Amino acid sequence: MTIGLFILVSVVKIVIALFVLLTAVAYTVLLERKVVGHMQNRWGPSRVGPFGIFQPLADGLKFFFKEDLTPPYVHKTLYLLAPIIAVTTALTSISVIPIGTWITIGDIHTPLQITDVNIGLLIILGITSVGVYGVALAGWSSNSKYSMLGGLRASAQMVSYEIALGLSLVGVLIYTGSFSLRDIVDAQSGVWFGFLPKWNFFKGQFVAFFIYIMAAYAETNRIPFDLPEAETELVAGYHTEYSSMKFAMFFMAEYANMITVACLATVVFLGGWSGPVFGPPILHTLLPVFWFVLKVFIFMFIYIWVRGTLPRFRYDQLMAFGWKFLLPLAIANILITALVIALK
Amino acid sequence: MCVGGAVNLLVQKHPISSALSLIVVMASLALLYLLLGAEFVAAIQIIVYAGAVMVLFVFTIMLLNAGAEERTPHGSRVATMLGVPALIIGLGISAWVVAHMTGLDKLGIGGPTIMNGTESFGAPQPVGHLLFRDFLLPFEVTSVLILIAIMGAVVLARRED
Repeated sequence: MTIGLFILVSVVKIVIALFVLLTAVAYTVLLERKVVGHMQNRWGPSRVGPFGIFQPLADGLKFFFKEDLTPPYVHKTLYLLAPIIAVTTALTSISVIPIGTWITIGDIHTPLQITDVNIGLLIILGITSVGVYGVALAGWSSNSKYSMLGGLRASAQMVSYEIALGLSLVGVLIYTGSFSLRDIVDAQSGVWFGFLPKWNFFKGQFVAFFIYIMAAYAETNRIPFDLPEAETELVAGYHTEYSSMKFAMFFMAEYANMITVACLATVVFLGGWSGPVFGPPILHTLLPVFWFVLKVFIFMFIYIWVRGTLPRFRYDQLMAFGWKFLLPLAIANILITALVIALK
Repeated sequence: MCVGGAVNLLVQKHPISSALSLIVVMASLALLYLLLGAEFVAAIQIIVYAGAVMVLFVFTIMLLNAGAEERTPHGSRVATMLGVPALIIGLGISAWVVAHMTGLDKLGIGGPTIMNGTESFGAPQPVGHLLFRDFLLPFEVTSVLILIAIMGAVVLARRED
């Protein structure tokens, strides 16, 4: 494939991925409001279009037309930079996640992934680490006590749970022997006993899966770890001084982070796109994508389900949980996995 | 970009801007590692340095609420007149010595290109092999050293009850 064609295909993939991601973010918001509403025995948004389907459009329009004011006492450069960092990191990590197998259109034979780097997993962890700056700088540059405290708390929480997140993935790495996300998915293809799929979840990494879920909830500041945002409801959080588009960027960044974490969980633990494939060749490319989307959707539903059900942790309980419970558990998981592999 | 970030670090008045310039330096180091073909090292540099160490720096600056430093109006003129040329000459001499010793000045202006055989340089497997086989003792000793540093920091920061 010539370099020009390669660039063209990559640009097309990037545009499609961005478009799909942004639409997914908007409709995740709607899904959350409807699901939480039904759990609380009320309809969610249901006026705008059938079943409230056009609600995200209405929200987007509202954000555009709101007054975008910059308080005079903020530190201007960082104030503008913080949501940009948050959104950029949130939207970039989707680029190494493989959605399906290869696709062939005429002469073009490309994987359904923007790039296939052989350290894909590390890149996602690195981008998440840099995303902490968006929150920390937002809290500090707003030049208000509540914002700074909220920002510090949120970033301390994110940094602490990043460790548990990374360590829970090491068990899978020991099984697979490669950082590349496509290799991790390929190692989970196939079936035992004719029906139990060889996902990493069933291969014995279920403890790691639960550590990962809990660390992911803490990373994305969701219930039960959303004290930095509850301060938003109660007092003020790191995005209190932000209005309209900048606030919308933080909002988008949070939901995009949720989607990225869900995609990573399906790739690493639930087998990516593996699922029954049948029918004509066109379905051979489309069905894996369908299975992938279905698994991501199940993961998001669990996210929202937990949000509607559990109370939130106090901050010291939160930090104690991360450092005193999840971290030793993740290390123990690595030890046991390494032992099992070494004894084979 | 690396050198620019480092100079900016010294020039900025506000400590937060200095910290951000240091982040730029770390990121550009990671880029340099990438260009040399060591993508694993580059990713680890981003995760550890730019993602964790610098976040702690930024935390500390925020918590201490350090304001912008004041500038003394005119530094000593002798220092400027002697200092800047001395610095340039010193750097030039060291650069020439290093280049002469590593044979760079014989390679022409381009310098070393991207190494072939990237698998044998920066990929995870060779790094792991080196770390856990050839350099195992330094690795373990370093972790004990970090433990001692942590304990020292905790002891030094304790309030006297």
